[in-house]
Amino acid sequence: MRNTTASAMALLLALPVAAQAEIRLGASVSATGPAAFLGDPEAKTIEMMVEDINEAGGIDGEQIALTLYDDGGDPNKARTFATRLVEDDEVVAIIGGSTTGTTMSILDVAEDEGIPFISLAGAISIVDPVREYVFKTPHTDRMACEKIFSDMQAQGISRIGMISGTDGFGASMQAQCKDVAGDQGIEVLADETYGPQDADTTPQLTRIRNTDGVQAVLNAGFGQGPAIVTRNFAQLGFDIPLYQSHGVASNAFVELVGPEASQGVRLPGTALLIGDRLAEDDPQYQVVNDYTAAYRERYGQDPSTFAGYAHDAVALMVDAMRRADEIAPDAIRDALEATQGFVGTTGVYTFSPEDHLGLDPSDFRMLEITADGWKQID
Amino acid sequence: MTWRNKWLQLAILAIAIAVLPLFFPSGYYYRVGALIFVNALAVVGLVILIGYAGQISLGHAGFAGIGAYACALAPEHLGLHPALSPVLGAVVSGVLALLIGRPILRLKGYYLAVATLGFGILVSMVLTNERALTGGPDGMQVADLGLRAVLRDLGWRLSGGEFWYGASGIVLVLGAWIALNLFDSPTGRAMRALHGSEVAAATVGVDVARQKLRAFVISAVYASVAGSLLALQNGYITPDVAGFLHSVEMVTMAVLGGVGSVLGATLGAAILTLLPQVLTVFAEYEQLVLGAVMILVMIFLPQGLLPSIARRLRGRDE
Amino acid sequence: MDALLQFIFSGVTVGAVYALVALGFTIIYNASDVVNFAQGEFVMLGGMITVFAFEAGMPLPLAAVLAVLATAAIGVALNKLAIEPARGAPVVTLIIITIGASILIRGAAQLVFDKQLHRFPAFSGDDPIRILGATILPQSLWVIVGALVVFVGLWLFFTRTLTGKAVLATANNRVAAQLVGINTAWVMTLSFGLSAAIGALAGVLVTPITLVSYDVGVALALKGFAAAMLGGMGNPKGALAGGLLLGLLEALTAGYLSSQYKDAVAFIVILGVLFAMPQGLFGKSATERV
Repeated sequence: MRNTTASAMALLLALPVAAQAEIRLGASVSATGPAAFLGDPEAKTIEMMVEDINEAGGIDGEQIALTLYDDGGDPNKARTFATRLVEDDEVVAIIGGSTTGTTMSILDVAEDEGIPFISLAGAISIVDPVREYVFKTPHTDRMACEKIFSDMQAQGISRIGMISGTDGFGASMQAQCKDVAGDQGIEVLADETYGPQDADTTPQLTRIRNTDGVQAVLNAGFGQGPAIVTRNFAQLGFDIPLYQSHGVASNAFVELVGPEASQGVRLPGTALLIGDRLAEDDPQYQVVNDYTAAYRERYGQDPSTFAGYAHDAVALMVDAMRRADEIAPDAIRDALEATQGFVGTTGVYTFSPEDHLGLDPSDFRMLEITADGWKQID
Repeated sequence: MTWRNKWLQLAILAIAIAVLPLFFPSGYYYRVGALIFVNALAVVGLVILIGYAGQISLGHAGFAGIGAYACALAPEHLGLHPALSPVLGAVVSGVLALLIGRPILRLKGYYLAVATLGFGILVSMVLTNERALTGGPDGMQVADLGLRAVLRDLGWRLSGGEFWYGASGIVLVLGAWIALNLFDSPTGRAMRALHGSEVAAATVGVDVARQKLRAFVISAVYASVAGSLLALQNGYITPDVAGFLHSVEMVTMAVLGGVGSVLGATLGAAILTLLPQVLTVFAEYEQLVLGAVMILVMIFLPQGLLPSIARRLRGRDE
Repeated sequence: MDALLQFIFSGVTVGAVYALVALGFTIIYNASDVVNFAQGEFVMLGGMITVFAFEAGMPLPLAAVLAVLATAAIGVALNKLAIEPARGAPVVTLIIITIGASILIRGAAQLVFDKQLHRFPAFSGDDPIRILGATILPQSLWVIVGALVVFVGLWLFFTRTLTGKAVLATANNRVAAQLVGINTAWVMTLSFGLSAAIGALAGVLVTPITLVSYDVGVALALKGFAAAMLGGMGNPKGALAGGLLLGLLEALTAGYLSSQYKDAVAFIVILGVLFAMPQGLFGKSATERV
C-alpha cells in the first residue's frame, strides 16, 4: 500500500518532465503573488520567445524544452523549484528569480550544482561579489539612483525628499540611493515610506512638503504605490519635480495615474519604452521594436521594462548556447561570460569574469512623461 | 488513546520517513520531503494549541519568524554556534509567548484570532522594517549548520537534500513523540477538558488560564524550531516566513489533516506542501484548486482528513 | 495646522474605506456568527467587474450597478455552496472555509480578468478641493458619504425593520427564530447577498483612489477585520468607529511619528483595546453557553 502511494506520488510529481527534448531550459518566476506585476510579463516573454526560437529551427537544429515554474514570489518555493529544475528536470541553465529574495534562493542551488543562472532581479548583491554561475540582466538599483541623481545635478537640485515602498524593490532602492547620494552631492532631507497596498500617502508627502529646502521628490517603488504617490503628489499641488524609479517605467503607469497627474514625472527607463521614437540608427532600434511587435501581437498589450529583462535573459542565454562548445552547463557558462557587446532591450551587455551584469548607467535613458508620451531628455 | 495507539502512530511516521526514500527517483524529492517535515513540525504544535486546548492562532508564523531569524542573526551578532541558535530562538519564542499569552488568551473566538493576527503582523513588520539588522524584505543569508561537514569527516557523505530530509525527519518524530506523550499526561487531559467547555473544566478544578498558556507556549516553541530548521535548510531567509499567509497556511494544514491528531497534522502538511508541486502543470489553476480543496474538506470531512478516514475504516472493520 | 488637517483628511478617507469593508462584515456576522474572510474579495470583485464592464463600453453607473448585482449573486452562491453545508461547525472550520473561498475567488478572478492594476475615472473629476491649505479629492467625499449612508442604512435595517430584527434573532438563536416563524435560510441568503453588495459598492467607490487588481482583497479584509474587531464585531456603530479610528491612527502616525511603523501602531492600539475591552469598543459581552 505504501509502495503504491509512493510510486503514485512519484508519478504525479514527475509529470511535467514528460516533454523530452534536446536542450532543457529551466525558469522560475513569480507569475502570481505580490510580485506578479514583475513575474507575469516575464513568464509570458519567456514562453513566447522559446516558442518562436523553436519555430525558427531551435538552436543549431535542436529544440528547447522549457520547464517554467511559478514560485509565487515565495523564496522558499523558489528554492524548491530550483532544486527540482536541477535534480529532476535536469536543465542545463536557469532563468528567473523575479525578486531579490527568490533570486537569492535560486542562486544558492545554481552555484552548488554548477548551473548557469540569469536573474531578473535588481539588487546589486546578486552580482557583487561575482559568483561563478550567476548573471543578471536588470540594471542595479544603484545605477538607477546614479542616473536620477545625475539628472538632478544637471537641474541644479541638491536637496531632496525620498518616499519609498516597504517592499523589496522600494526598500533596496531606498538604501542604495541614500548610500550614493553623498557621492553625487545630493542630500536626502526627508525619508518616508509607505506599505505596498496603502490607499493614501498624503501624510508622508505633507511631511516632505513641510521639510525646509526640499527641491525635488524621489519615489522608489513599483506597482500600485507609485501610482498613488504620483496622484497624491498632484493632489497636494507640489511645485517641485517628482522623480520615479525604473520600477514604473511602463505605459500602464501613465494610464493608471492619468495624463494630468503624470505629466512632468521623470524616471530612468530603457529603450523599450520609447521604441517608436528611437532613431533608426540607434543600436537598440531593431531588437526593441521586433520584441514589442511580437509581444503586442501575441498578448495584446505592451511589454513592461520587467518583460524586457526576461527578453534579454533568454536572448543572452540562447546566444551563449549557440556559441558554446557543447550544450552543457559549464560550456554555456563560459560562453555567457564571454558575451561581448550583445544588444538587448535594456542595454548593451558585455560580461567579463569581474562583471556579471555588463551594463552601466549610460544604458539607462532619462525620460519625462509629456502630454504626448515619453520624451528622452538626455 | 491507548498506549498501543501512541506507539502505532509513531511507528507509522518513523517507518514512512525511513522507507519513502527508497522510491525517490531524484534528489529533489528529498527537498520536498524535508519541507513537509518542517511544516508538519509547526503543525504538530498547532495541534496542541487548536486540537488539544481549543484555542486558535492566526499569528504563529511570527514565532516561526523568530526561530528563523535567530538562526540568521545569532551566529553573526552573538557569535553563537549555528547549532545552538535554534535553541535561542525557541527560548525567545517561548518567553515571548509567555508574556503575550496571558492577556491574549483571555480573548475568545474571533477576538483571539485578531489579537494573534496582530502579533504575527507586528513580528513580520519588525523583520521587514529593521533593514540594518535583518536585511529588510530582501532577506538575509543564514550560516551553515556545519553538521553535514562533521558527518562527511566521519565518512558519511550526504547531499544537502538527504541531510535535511533526515534531520527534519528525526526532529519531526521527536516532536510527535512529545506531543503524543502530552496528550495522555494530566496536562494534556486538562487541556482537552477546557476544549470541551471552559466553564465545565474550571468547575472540576482545571486552571483554565494556566493550561491555555501552556499550550500556547509549547506550540510557539514548535513553530520556532520549525522556522529555525527552514532557515538552516534554505540558507537564506526573508520576512515571508513570518507573514500572515504563512500563519494561515499552518492553521489550514492542521485543520485539513485533522486538528486533534499528530499523524493528521503530518498528512495535512504533506498535502498542502505537495499541492503546488503537483499542480505546476496547471499553475494558473493552483489557487482555484487550493481554495476548492479547503472548502470541500471542511464541508465533507469537518474532522479533517485523517480522523474522518480512520472512522470510516473502523466502521467497516467492526 | 494645515498639516494636521491634511492628516485628518487622509485618515478619514482611508478610514472610510476600512469602515465600508468592516460594515460588510457585520451583516453576515449578525446573521450567522461567521466572520467572512472573503469579504475583501467582494470589494475586489466590485472594482474589477466595474473596470471590465466600463472598458467594454458600458456607461460607468451601469457598470457599477452590474458589479454590485453580480457580486451579490456570488455572495449568495458562497452561502449556498460553502456556508450552509457546514452549519454548526466550530470557528476554526468556518475561518478555513471563508479563507478557502477567498483564495478560490482570487484564483478565479486572475483567470477571468488579469493580473494588472486597473482604475476607472473618479465620479466627479480629480480636481482637489482646498480647505484651509489642505486638500481632499472629490472621490474621497464619495467614499465618506458612501460609508455614512451604508451605516445609517444598516442601523435602520437592524433596529427599525422586521427583517433586520429577524436577522438578529437568527444569529441569537437559530432554533428559536425558526420556532417563531422566521425563515432562517432566507435570512442567511439575504445577509450574504447584502454583505457582498456592500463590499462591491465599497469596491466601486474606492477604486478611483486605491486602484484595483485581483489581489487587493487580502489587505482590505485584514484591515477591515481589524477595524470591525476594534469597534466590536456585529455592531454597525463599531464598524464605522473602528474603521475611522484605524484610518486616523495610521495617518497621524505616518504624519507625526514614523511612516514605517504606522501599521504597527495601529495593531498595537487594537491589541491594547482588546486587552482592556475584550469585546471591542462597542461590543456586547457574551457568556459562554455550557
